[in-house]
Amino acid sequence: MELNDIIKPENRVYQKPRLLNDNHMHYCPGCSHGVVHKIIAELIEEMGLEDKAIGIAPVGCAVFAYNYIDIDWIEAAHGRAPAIATAVKRLQPTKMVFTYQGDGDLAAIGTCETIHAANRGENIVIIFINNGIYGMTGGQMAPTTLLGMKTATTPYGRRVDLNGYPLRISELVAAVDGSCYVTRQSVHTPAAVRKAKSAIKKAFENSMAGKGTSLVEIVSTCNSGWKKSPADSNKWMVENMFAKYPMGDLKNV
Amino acid sequence: MAKIKGAVVVNVERCKGCDLCVVACPTHVLALQPKEVNNRGYHFAYMQNPESCIACQSCALVCPDACIEVYRVQE
Amino acid sequence: MKEEVKLMKGNEALAHAAIRYGCDGYFGYPITPQSEVLETLMEEMPWETTGMVVLQAESEVAAINMVYGGAACGKTVFTSSSSPGVSLMQEGVSYIAASELPVLLINVMRGGPGLGTIHPSQADYFQATKGGGHGDYHLITLAPSTVQEMCDFVGLGWDLAFKYRTPAIILADGIVGQMMEKVILPPQRPRRTDEEIKKLCPWAITGKTSDRKKNIVTSLELDTAIMEDNNERFQRTYRKIEKAEKRYEAIGTDNCDFLIVAFGSMARICQKSIELAAKAGVKIGLIRPITLWPFPSEAVAEAAKNCKGVLVVELNAGQMIEDVRLAINDSNMPIEHYGRLGGIVPNPDEVFEALNNQLINK
Repeated sequence: MELNDIIKPENRVYQKPRLLNDNHMHYCPGCSHGVVHKIIAELIEEMGLEDKAIGIAPVGCAVFAYNYIDIDWIEAAHGRAPAIATAVKRLQPTKMVFTYQGDGDLAAIGTCETIHAANRGENIVIIFINNGIYGMTGGQMAPTTLLGMKTATTPYGRRVDLNGYPLRISELVAAVDGSCYVTRQSVHTPAAVRKAKSAIKKAFENSMAGKGTSLVEIVSTCNSGWKKSPADSNKWMVENMFAKYPMGDLKNV
Repeated sequence: MAKIKGAVVVNVERCKGCDLCVVACPTHVLALQPKEVNNRGYHFAYMQNPESCIACQSCALVCPDACIEVYRVQE
Repeated sequence: MKEEVKLMKGNEALAHAAIRYGCDGYFGYPITPQSEVLETLMEEMPWETTGMVVLQAESEVAAINMVYGGAACGKTVFTSSSSPGVSLMQEGVSYIAASELPVLLINVMRGGPGLGTIHPSQADYFQATKGGGHGDYHLITLAPSTVQEMCDFVGLGWDLAFKYRTPAIILADGIVGQMMEKVILPPQRPRRTDEEIKKLCPWAITGKTSDRKKNIVTSLELDTAIMEDNNERFQRTYRKIEKAEKRYEAIGTDNCDFLIVAFGSMARICQKSIELAAKAGVKIGLIRPITLWPFPSEAVAEAAKNCKGVLVVELNAGQMIEDVRLAINDSNMPIEHYGRLGGIVPNPDEVFEALNNQLINK
């Protein structure tokens, strides 16, 4: 069978979701953000939420998320996305409201807004990309940076006496009564991508059903910040990040 | 048993040559262009061994830039 | 609800006026001397009647960002605080101004700097009228001097904010917030429907429907040419506001010997000082700016034209006096400042004494 016989519209089983537009994404080659964007766009399309989904973009690498997924977006100040999402969901309860935040945005400057939104049980979804580093500003230490990990601001490796311990946000959010679903996923293999997608789907359903706050942490790579190739970053993530940030559901009420 | 035949189409200009699809492919179909680059200077992915493709979508799932379309026929 | 006459605090009037205007949401955090706004709203439970959302936020930082989110949806939203809390909000205010969102802010001022005091002050004049946060922007700044104006400026603030797509602030002092007076509350207006919001605010985040492109509310623009265009658009809006929206009250400014310029509760105290001066045979005029930005420069200059001197009376160390000097722009004209600091409010005799010492007997 010739390639021309296979490559026909009726034989297509996978393509870029329509809501992920043709804009060239500014992310570095191999960045996990792109995979998560794709999953979100697919889900919004498959779940028929195009006119209901409202995204809140962060400050950090995903600051331009609104340029890539064709739904309504609000760009937040650094760390404030859960506060904005709170108001949007309370004022428009029939919408599916989600934030998309990195670990610099959420785990450092935005911890207060995150914990309190979850504790109030706001019916929002928090997508939390944890790659253990500040990507956009050039690879500085984040609260989630592993001990010993070299960054621009921990050039000899993160030390407890200087920098304290890596912060596990999902455990914190799972501990408050208002959260209904907290899970930690990754997108480094085809199987992981499928699992992450069903986790985010469940979170979106929770928002529509008014069950409380859902947080989906995606342990991710930052190959530019980690100074590794995308494939090596995935390996390093599995060998190092997963020990501190283990995969799986932390809470599912 | 019916044999599955697959093929992928890479959006060459969208591809950033990150290599993740190459690593994810279980049947070693894909490779990065060794010399040729796209308009942004990336060595983009292509089907080096198209006859091995089983349309499993692994490459497309892990592709961060959604530049892979997958096609599938049952022979 | 019909029009009603009530006796209440200025802070309470703010809350009632907001509900009756058809407000969609309030997000705030307790701080003295404005906590009655949130308390009154919680007591009134407007979510049971009009459907208005009321939420006590975890901080002023969260509150202003909730307001940002609500306004981005085209909703009629507001927050209130007092000086230290308003300082915390400045980042969000800058984002709101840069995103061209109609928001009503309220600052019931207390004395600063720092944690300062819970007593009344007008020391946030610079913060409100000159921007406050980062970048080139202005807030339409309304200065009430009565409980009735606290009520009326809620509606006026929102009308102006939506007209120009820019935030407006009610800059009240602790006296106007805490004192009780008679107030006529307006009749209840319905909240805007989703359809009305879509028509009035086509830019609003209402969920992307097939009949329009996606809406994005953001203040970020890395293309410097576009960012300059954006800034020029903001400035054009500010010039329009300066042209059309200056408001002030003038009392006895025709052929006066001296002029007082004062705002908020201080203007009321000065009216009594002017009576004391009249008994002593000195004619004093009063200009009370109602919009502190845009500042009624022409009115101040006109009233000062044939005067022998001007006294600017403020509960601060001299802030509005800078705008008065710019308005009059005459180095030969004595322009003096009198103010008390630290939460102390001068009585009419003290202002009259200052008039005597600094201008009349000089």
